[in-house]
Amino acid sequence: MTRISVQSEPFDVGAEVNRFSEGKDDQVGAVVTFTGVVRNNDVGTLKSMLIEHYPGMTEKALQKIVETAVERWSLSDALVIHRHGDLRPGEVIMMVATTARHRVAAFEAAEYLMDYLKSRAPFWKQEITSDGRSWVDAKDEDEDALKRW
Amino acid sequence: MYVVYFAWVRERIGLPKEKIETQAKTVSELVEELKAREERYALAFSDLSALRVAVDQELSDFDASLDGVSEVAFFPPMTGG
Repeated sequence: MTRISVQSEPFDVGAEVNRFSEGKDDQVGAVVTFTGVVRNNDVGTLKSMLIEHYPGMTEKALQKIVETAVERWSLSDALVIHRHGDLRPGEVIMMVATTARHRVAAFEAAEYLMDYLKSRAPFWKQEITSDGRSWVDAKDEDEDALKRW
Repeated sequence: MYVVYFAWVRERIGLPKEKIETQAKTVSELVEELKAREERYALAFSDLSALRVAVDQELSDFDASLDGVSEVAFFPPMTGG
């Protein structure tokens, strides 16, 4: 039922949300979505963000994260789309969506998915600016965010 | 066994994937073997706290056994989302 897509192609967030929301049973009371966008740096020099991943492991890791969330929050469905390749500021990188009977479960599960896919799914970001290229370091706060779960 | 590298680990070593013959029993032993090969490996593996490892596409650690393993991956902490 759940869907995971790791892709280089852009996607239409609105169409994905509509498709995800349609045809759910009448016990679903909440649909939560989060969309991640490439943010420019503080000085506005980001040309693009290059996202590398580990084909095969990425899908497996995301599947495991999604399965855990579905079970823990009794979700009726979950969706993760994550892009890789060269993305420009303002482009959509990824989205997650969850459905549950109640909003608290749907929100918490979406946050859990975000926290885990930030530090436990094999993606790496490289910033390309007018000054050159640099790999984005993982943040301690992202690792700390896992502790609340 | 295949060894794969991602992000700056791939850049430092200079290739994304290689097939190796090894007698190493654990990931740590494999790392020592690779470090002894050439300077670029020694450089890439100089600070293991900055590296993560996956064994057959599952996150693992440096103590993990290589018994029956077909693919080991080395990479920096992940930055998805």
